[in-house]
Amino acid sequence: MARNEAIPTQGERVEKLAETRLGEEGSRRTFLKVLGAGAAAVAAGCGDTAPTTEEFFRQHYKKLTDKEKQRIFRRVEEETLARTGVQTHISDPPPIDGVEFAYALNLSVCNGSRRCVEACARENNLPDDPEIRYIRVMEMEAGSLDFEEATANYDHDKVPAKDKFYLPVQCHQCDNPPCVRACPVGATWKEPDGIVVVDYSWCIGCRFCVVACPYFARRFNWTQPSVPPERINPNQGYLSNRPRFKGVVEKCTFCLHRTRKGRLPACLEACPTGARKFGNLNDPNSEIRKIIESKRVYVLKEDLATLPRFYYFFA
Amino acid sequence: MVMTFIRFLRAAALAMLRGGRGYYLWLLFLTAWIALGGIAYVHQLRVGLVATNMVDQVPWGAYIANFTYLVGMAAAAVMLVIPAYVYDDHAVHDVVVLGELMAVAVLVMCLSFVMVDIGRPDRFWHLIPGIGRFNWPSSMLSWDVIVLNGYLVLNLYITTYLLFSRFRGKPPTKKKYVPFVFLAIVWAVSIHTVTAFLYSGMGARPHWNAAILAPRFLASAFAAGPSMVIIAFSVVRDRMGLPIKDEALNRLRQIVAVTMLINLFFFFSEIFTELYSFKDHAASMRYLLFGLRGKHLLVPYIWGAVALDVFAAIVFTTRRLYSHPEVLRAGCAAAIVGVWVEKGMGLVIPGFVPSPLGEIVEYAPSFTEFCVSAAIWALGALIYTLLLKVAVPIELGKLRLDPEAAR
Repeated sequence: MARNEAIPTQGERVEKLAETRLGEEGSRRTFLKVLGAGAAAVAAGCGDTAPTTEEFFRQHYKKLTDKEKQRIFRRVEEETLARTGVQTHISDPPPIDGVEFAYALNLSVCNGSRRCVEACARENNLPDDPEIRYIRVMEMEAGSLDFEEATANYDHDKVPAKDKFYLPVQCHQCDNPPCVRACPVGATWKEPDGIVVVDYSWCIGCRFCVVACPYFARRFNWTQPSVPPERINPNQGYLSNRPRFKGVVEKCTFCLHRTRKGRLPACLEACPTGARKFGNLNDPNSEIRKIIESKRVYVLKEDLATLPRFYYFFA
Repeated sequence: MVMTFIRFLRAAALAMLRGGRGYYLWLLFLTAWIALGGIAYVHQLRVGLVATNMVDQVPWGAYIANFTYLVGMAAAAVMLVIPAYVYDDHAVHDVVVLGELMAVAVLVMCLSFVMVDIGRPDRFWHLIPGIGRFNWPSSMLSWDVIVLNGYLVLNLYITTYLLFSRFRGKPPTKKKYVPFVFLAIVWAVSIHTVTAFLYSGMGARPHWNAAILAPRFLASAFAAGPSMVIIAFSVVRDRMGLPIKDEALNRLRQIVAVTMLINLFFFFSEIFTELYSFKDHAASMRYLLFGLRGKHLLVPYIWGAVALDVFAAIVFTTRRLYSHPEVLRAGCAAAIVGVWVEKGMGLVIPGFVPSPLGEIVEYAPSFTEFCVSAAIWALGALIYTLLLKVAVPIELGKLRLDPEAAR
């Protein structure tokens, strides 16, 4: 069963992550080794993960010409191939004219299986260690919408548990996104179809957006993420599931590399109960439009005026 | 003129090297800390910020807590500038430049704490207006970049101009620096206001989303900052022989007496408003003061900080206590540490607990964070020491362009 990211205890997390990810290199022992190595270590600096000259000077996504973009995409593909042996394909589908995406989730039928969490992780090349997950399924007390009574770390053999209901949270792609306002370098922005994206090559890793998000939707790469070659999804979008690196922020993009090509988000396809609905808000005949018009929908933390594109309803 | 300035810089560099064994041991001590922190930072660069104890639920920790506190420390130089320039307090006027130099050292610490906190320090140039992509005016962080660097430039200019003039034995031309001094007064208030707005502008974080935050920041800064200045000036007077008048220290003492009481009052007002109405908002405040659902890491710290603040307030307002220099210095130390806890970790961490989805993840700094933070403090102390080593002889008239004129 898919599991959400467990709440780590401090200290343990550093040790565990550093040791498993980097072998001996990450542990405190290395710290002492580095201490001994002294100046040599300073010279080695960030070593293997240091940016190349091209990466260092790479311009903001919006300043790149189409030709430069193509060159960058090919280079990223080559790097992935050299590193993992997997031939990937990077595309960059633009927003479709007249389309504004929205998501709705039926809380009456969501059973907390967390299949969406796992499908999302595979689709978006999210690492297991350190575990990064875009969707967080909260197990709520029946009769209460209070998050303080909820837990994301439930681990039963059977879901749904008695007297509980489940409320999955992911990026709400707000129309008035506080994260975008917070970013000091414009590394994250709202696209015309409503999807909030991050330029992983421009983000400085200050995490002001993580602090600003009221939905706990943004994730930071505390260390170099890695996905085993057999698990890499080769169908990659430059602004969505392409390889990320340590020190930058990432988040759910409504699977824009799929949805902008007419497919559905991976989380929706994986849902065993049909709780998830997705579509074009501007199409009067779309299912999403009908749900928002006819069901009693609500959004989380409405008082913050973030205007989410992610609706919840009971039906 | 340019040649004279080069000679000034050379004389300054030589003055920094002059000193007894105690001085060199002090420099060695600070350098050792900086080296240790440098190694810790290289480790952090290699593995990433996983070397810290920060997590997605608590994305800012000791670095930003120290940064926030130190911005106030830098702003506190105005507590010397205002008496000196607005009220023509001559005793304070004699030493105001030493306060401004402290602001320079502290600002370097502030900027260092930001640099070590960001995940991609190689991309710092994205923040430079013109070359990078500056999200101004909507990001409060972009405002902070402007006001902090502007304040650093202002203080560097004012102090360099004054010391250079005295070095040449010429009285400074008022037109060339007084307008900047007044600009720096407004600017000092702005750096701490903008830093408070980083926090109070966040709808996602009810603990910070309060109008009292910026006033509280200023009050606490104007308590801790002058306390630090009192201690520094006492050391300069005793160790470096600069005759700082008691009136100057007394003026600072009076300022802290008022600001510390205001600070405590603001804190109390905030606690009352949060707790009396039993709103959801109060979860973070309850966590800070009493613990929440069995998690209470910060509780002893915040009550310790309150005790230190109260102790400082009593010392600074009771003649029988503050008239003893040792007790006064203890009061200063209490104010410095009390505000450091209350406005550093005591403000930043509860903003993340509980998380927006109600989770409670506690945070305490890692060994790496401790080493890097200590190194930045040592760096600030080193810079201030070196600057004083130049400024004090110039103020004493011992360091002059024309050696004949030197006393």
